[in-house]
Amino acid sequence: METDPVFFTDRSGRITSNPLLDQLPSYQSLLYRRKSSASSNKRRNSSRGRLGSSSSGKWGMSTFTRPLEKQKSQVTEQQPIRELAKPMAEKRRDKTQRLEEAQELSNWRQWRRSSRRYLRRLKDDTQEWLSSMKLWRGDIHLIEGMFGTGILSYFSFLRFLVVLNLIIFLIKFIFVMFPIIVAPYASGNITYNLNDAGVCSVYPSSARRGLVIFHEHITDLLSGGGFLEQTYLFYGFYKVDKIHFTNVTYNLALAYLLSTIAYLSLSLIWIVKRSARGFKRNLVQDEDRFQSFCNKIFAGWDFCITNENAARLKRSSLLYELRTDLEEERIKQKIADRTRKDKCRIYLIRLILNLFVIGVLAGCFYSIYIATVFSQEAQMTKVNFIVDLIYEYLPSIVITVANFITPLLFSVIINYEDYSPAFEIRFTLMRCVFMRLTSIAVLLFSLWSQITNCEKECVCGYNHLLYSCWETRVGQEMYKLTIFDFITIVAVTIFVEFPRKLLVKHCDCGLAKWWGQQEFAIPQNVLEIVYGQTICWIGTFFCPMLPAICTIKYFFIFYIKKVSLIKNCRPATRPFRASSSNFFFLGVLLIGLALACLPVTVSVAQINCSHACGPFVNFNTSWEVLPTTVSQLPSGAQNLLFALSSEAFAVSFFVVTCLAMFYVIALAGAHKRVINQLREQLAMEGRDKRFLIQKLCQAQRLSPVRSPVSKSQPRRGSRSSPSYHTSFSSNFNEGVFLAHSPPDSSTHV
Amino acid sequence: MGNKQTIFTDEQLDAYQDCTFFTRKEILRLHGRYHELAPHLVPMDYTNEPDCKLPLALIVNMPELKENPFRNRIVESFSEDGMGNLSFNEFVDMFSVLSEMAPRELKAIYAFKIYDFNVDNYLCKEDLEKTLNKLTKEELTPEEVQLVCEKAIEEADLDGDNKLSFADFENMITRAPDFLSTFHIRI
Repeated sequence: METDPVFFTDRSGRITSNPLLDQLPSYQSLLYRRKSSASSNKRRNSSRGRLGSSSSGKWGMSTFTRPLEKQKSQVTEQQPIRELAKPMAEKRRDKTQRLEEAQELSNWRQWRRSSRRYLRRLKDDTQEWLSSMKLWRGDIHLIEGMFGTGILSYFSFLRFLVVLNLIIFLIKFIFVMFPIIVAPYASGNITYNLNDAGVCSVYPSSARRGLVIFHEHITDLLSGGGFLEQTYLFYGFYKVDKIHFTNVTYNLALAYLLSTIAYLSLSLIWIVKRSARGFKRNLVQDEDRFQSFCNKIFAGWDFCITNENAARLKRSSLLYELRTDLEEERIKQKIADRTRKDKCRIYLIRLILNLFVIGVLAGCFYSIYIATVFSQEAQMTKVNFIVDLIYEYLPSIVITVANFITPLLFSVIINYEDYSPAFEIRFTLMRCVFMRLTSIAVLLFSLWSQITNCEKECVCGYNHLLYSCWETRVGQEMYKLTIFDFITIVAVTIFVEFPRKLLVKHCDCGLAKWWGQQEFAIPQNVLEIVYGQTICWIGTFFCPMLPAICTIKYFFIFYIKKVSLIKNCRPATRPFRASSSNFFFLGVLLIGLALACLPVTVSVAQINCSHACGPFVNFNTSWEVLPTTVSQLPSGAQNLLFALSSEAFAVSFFVVTCLAMFYVIALAGAHKRVINQLREQLAMEGRDKRFLIQKLCQAQRLSPVRSPVSKSQPRRGSRSSPSYHTSFSSNFNEGVFLAHSPPDSSTHV
Repeated sequence: MGNKQTIFTDEQLDAYQDCTFFTRKEILRLHGRYHELAPHLVPMDYTNEPDCKLPLALIVNMPELKENPFRNRIVESFSEDGMGNLSFNEFVDMFSVLSEMAPRELKAIYAFKIYDFNVDNYLCKEDLEKTLNKLTKEELTPEEVQLVCEKAIEEADLDGDNKLSFADFENMITRAPDFLSTFHIRI
């Protein structure tokens, strides 16, 4: 480096900065924030020029810093002591000082301060107590130590789902099941839905008669039919219309519908609240590659790691990440260098491959449709135990197989499409998400097409011959999907992951080396549980006890995954960032929720509810309960509700929301522009600073001739401010006489 | 829990609770950990503020710090003499700043100190190279190290002086979403 007057090397070869820099106001205010004793020690070691400024320029510096201190002390008044960057002894001194100052304040201020402290302590204690009550705290702590924060976020996501399902079940239980259970004891009079003597209200009992063979019970348990059909488990059991207690009439049909809406809204609000934090952070980052090197160097190492293996793997994953980033830079360069011909070729390849992907997806969906239709028809005839079970579970099996093959296919295809590595990962993930969630939609669609498919015309609005209680049948399908999902997860863990570990550990053959030890693939695992949760949301309307089953299922999955992780897996070589992963999980969950709302809405509002079972027998569709209830309200409330649901209100509400959104987007854009401008300005100021210091140093070098004169002059008082001059002259042997030199130095450049 | 213990006076525990992010229970537990590092050196009775410092070598062997590539720098940044000898106050201070509840600004100040190997209040290229080598245990080639450091300075340097001042560092850290969750030690 050429002799830089701003940053130069001193005699020991260390890079130090010009002493002038230390006197800048910005540096002084920075010093105040730091640990003053330790930093003064270190400064003494590093540069002699600084020693001058700290000790001898006392007059200059103290007049300078004292007003600054006063300002700062007023500012830090509000800041709690523990957030100051000072050593413990100083903090305690500060505390006693504040206590003394507090004695001088008025009673009101004193009381306010002490109450604030008390509330803060209370908050800390409550938070500690609450977090000690958190489910699985010890287990998650252990996992965090061994595998880092990426996998930790998966397990805390799992814990969130357990709690969510429990709350949903409680909602359903309290509002739907509890009144029915409690009615006989609370002297409630239940009015059941009357059977109109019509074709639609015939509900043949599916209970098995006579001698029941044991395996038929198992079939019933696994398929939700037989003895399980007429229980609290399914929609069909709730044939209650109203429950008349002594003072109040409880409209169960209304409660059933409103609890459905309630659990969907609650899930939405909770997920959005949880994802708001991660979303804000994602918005702040302009693009994905922004600041990626700094992030990895300064925030890359997970300080929670205590295990040697985990540390080694973290190191290799950081290495991998850094190399990938360098590779990305290279590829970006390559993409920028692409010729027109290359671009055409690549777009053509991408088009073909995307069409291929669409074809594969269409094929999978069609096979799911066929499997569902076949399964529904085959359930009419019983062959034997095993075959029956296979026919029952055929849709689930096809979905699982499709969801197993397609990710492998996608990850092979993406290699030919020549995207950047980060985009590759995300795009494959999007495709897998689409596959998983749309397969549920296809299943439901095929079910509905069966239900509303009558030979001639649907007398009851649905096929009452085959499906006397179609909601229960849909509930049974959801139940079967949940059970099969659970069985699949357990089976894969026991029969694939454990043998794989044994194979890799004890066998040295090439196959074992190539397959390698199991990695905990976070995205695939997350998709699995989001898939299960979507089924739960859809199924809760048809099968009110499904959330409870899902809670228990996720409870066991936690332990299974934890054991499998600790025994079989090594951390992923391709790391998954904790911050974006939270956002990713909750984003996919939101997509699942949106998808789940659709079938429920269609079932509630569109398809005629069955007339043979359920709480909505007296209505055409399940939704009709609401208008009927509203018409029984007093006219004031009615008018209000009609006004709220009218088109005028809806349109104006929509317009206002759009305006608000545009405003916020415009504001965000304006802020971004201001930030960019400020950044440029900062860079410019920095350059100005260096330029000025260079000029000063040049002027300094020119003025040695004048130095004897200049030394005496400050005493007489000069044209510039006295403190500035004094501190300068106390530092340099040659005084910089700024008032005189500028005209000369400019001509001497 | 608070009434029976004789290690600290109530006043001291109060002061600790105000000056750190720990509760009384946690402070007593921390004292236990400090004591077990050197049972013959650390007195059980802290009521009269004994002047006892543990050397760097003992502290960096704690399980929480053993695998951390920056363990020496962390302990040095919190020690008053800059050599890594921690008294109990500094010990508690260190874990308080590294705990979950410390705010981002406070963590940023100490992170800057930790990464500033030559203690000149700037993160220059040498500091970055040392950081990177400690992170990857020198498995990157020198050209790669150069490239990465250059890119990092390019990303974060705002005032164009080819090194990161504290303002540059803080601005960069506020945009690093993982910082809060990774710059955290559980004890």
